[in-house]
Amino acid sequence: MTLKLRDLSLKPDLFGNGHGLCAGCAEPVSVRQILSALENPPVVALATGCLEVSSTRFPDTTWKVPLIHSAFENSATTISGVEAAYKALVRKGRMEDRPLTFVVFAGDGATYDIGFQWLSGALERGHKFVYVCLNNEGYMNTGIQRSSATLLGAWTTTTPSGDARPGKPEWHKDMTKIVAAHGIPYVAQAASHNWKDLITKVRKAEQADGPAFINVLTPCDRGWRFEPEKTMEVSQLMVEAGLWPLYEVVNGKYKMTGARQKKRPVIDALLSQKRFSHITKNADDATIAGIQAKVDEEWDALQALCNMPVAAE
Amino acid sequence: MTTTQKQAQKPSSGIKLPPPQAINGGEAVAYAMRQINPEVVAAYPITPQTFIIEKFSEFVADGIVGTEYINVESEHAAMSACVGATAAGGRAQTATSGPGLALMYEMLWVASGMRLPIVMHLCSRSFSAPLNILCDHSDVMGMRESSWPMLIGASPQEAYDQAVVMPTIAENKQVLLPSANVLDGFTVTHSVERVEVLPDEVVKEFTGEYEPDIWALEPGSTATFGTLDANDYYFEHKRQQVEAMKNSLEVVRTQLNAVGELTGRPMNLVEEYLLDDAEVALVVLGSSEGMVRAAVDEARAEGIKVGMLRIRLFRPFPVDDVRKALEGIGAVGVLDRAIAFGTPGNALMQDLATSTRTMPDRPLLMDFVYGLGGRATPKQLFRQAVDEVFKMNESRVEPDEPAYLGLK
Repeated sequence: MTLKLRDLSLKPDLFGNGHGLCAGCAEPVSVRQILSALENPPVVALATGCLEVSSTRFPDTTWKVPLIHSAFENSATTISGVEAAYKALVRKGRMEDRPLTFVVFAGDGATYDIGFQWLSGALERGHKFVYVCLNNEGYMNTGIQRSSATLLGAWTTTTPSGDARPGKPEWHKDMTKIVAAHGIPYVAQAASHNWKDLITKVRKAEQADGPAFINVLTPCDRGWRFEPEKTMEVSQLMVEAGLWPLYEVVNGKYKMTGARQKKRPVIDALLSQKRFSHITKNADDATIAGIQAKVDEEWDALQALCNMPVAAE
Repeated sequence: MTTTQKQAQKPSSGIKLPPPQAINGGEAVAYAMRQINPEVVAAYPITPQTFIIEKFSEFVADGIVGTEYINVESEHAAMSACVGATAAGGRAQTATSGPGLALMYEMLWVASGMRLPIVMHLCSRSFSAPLNILCDHSDVMGMRESSWPMLIGASPQEAYDQAVVMPTIAENKQVLLPSANVLDGFTVTHSVERVEVLPDEVVKEFTGEYEPDIWALEPGSTATFGTLDANDYYFEHKRQQVEAMKNSLEVVRTQLNAVGELTGRPMNLVEEYLLDDAEVALVVLGSSEGMVRAAVDEARAEGIKVGMLRIRLFRPFPVDDVRKALEGIGAVGVLDRAIAFGTPGNALMQDLATSTRTMPDRPLLMDFVYGLGGRATPKQLFRQAVDEVFKMNESRVEPDEPAYLGLK
């Protein structure tokens, strides 16, 4: 299965014009690519967040697909209800069966933190849907507060850099592996700059026999403090520095995807974002060495998972 | 004496009824849910609601309903799934109690704000802390301003009858609001009584199917549900909910009459007992009605002209019906089964005070708090309330503070 950009460009744009997302935001780019990569018409549930407030302000909407937003934490459950209603309406003969893909877009706050339980419940129940986490590593909609996806050392408005505490003290939650531990058929990490990798994963997620989860790194120029034209460059640097490995977990089997991963030291990526400037101003900062050591360790663990044989199905 | 023991009239529709069931209130609700056969039921177990979802799960397991049952991981998720299902175009129901309602509180407002006609069966229970699983109306009062029409029954029979009527209220195009069927925890949910049921096909015809004008699963739909409103539209959308709540009152009256025709058991927005010649009255919600009637009977036997008013439609509050029922009454005791901490009157008292304030000869009001956390309130306590209201009617002095019935 190969998706061609030429073919996708001929499809109608399901995320239309006139959204209010910031210049330089990676989210609309990835949302358009994801929607175009779907084979079936989507029904979308949206968590409260940047994407939602910037695209659904009454009486306007940016969306050319049916879309349901209800609250911050519960988009996985909202789509559970949609999927259940679909099954029942078809079963009761009230609606004809037709191919549809149920999709969630939610930020990292809605996924890693406040919506963790709702997502876990929906995955365990096995609803067939594609959950996309648009991960910009913080609560950008409310003004750049830390989430459990925020990288160690990063400045945010709730982990400001001061003399006593230089940015966020904790390592981030490994949400993708936590989701994979639910044993669902398809899990992946992707990044905005690598559209080919992303759309391939979207199509695989759509075709999975059960819940699917894609964690997409969507850099935020406002929150990460870089120039808006650098978004894709920063996304690429994060992958090349090994801070955001691209991989997929298909029926439990881990596999690296995409080229040019972990080819650089983490300092190259950190230097591209002023949220780390309090650390990077001193090249010998112990925090940088600590991040590098942890990234090396996690990379090795991920490679070990990829090399692990999985029992034949 | 509860309503079920009242002489049932012969159904005017002349339909042949199935044999009566000996079931509790929870099972009676599940029986109606089976007949209604909603597309989605999403619920999380909590005492004393569990009879409903256990019984309904059996119907799902036996394949006798077409419902997709979602065993969600919390009550917030239960209401969230109902929101998704109803926006999608399905009929959705849930059931909960006390703390479960508290957990789904955010979604109560989302459901009504999105105008999604979800039906919830609320098995009334106290709020923690201290942890207490028994009946009071803390949860009922906790949701009273969330734009849900709320009917409070007094018996397993009424839990059934109201369950049948709920979707037709919620889904009425002049209403389109989520609606609650309240049945008291344990006293109704767990009490086994003779419950007369309607034939399946009669309920099916009465409730029909959910026919939304806008639904996400409609082929070709590009609708956006749950938009962001800034200060340019939010106010207007809330004002529309005021109208919808107002509209629901006459819809409830019409639908209660309609189901009453089918069952031969009339149901009204408010139920009156011996009010015609009464000088004083007690006002009550829910299943305490039976004990209050007994106290009224006893006082009547001793020559005290007392009556009772039970309010079935709690939201929207049936102001005109209440005023009409209390016309000519000198003094009223209001029975509140929850405390509205720090307010100048508990919830039902506030409603009564506001409703009667412009009556030419308004009755004097006295508030009684009773039955918190499942505390039994025997007849003599309600009788004591009658006596105090009688005394107030003579002294014509209203107390500033509520009285607490049965407090140790």
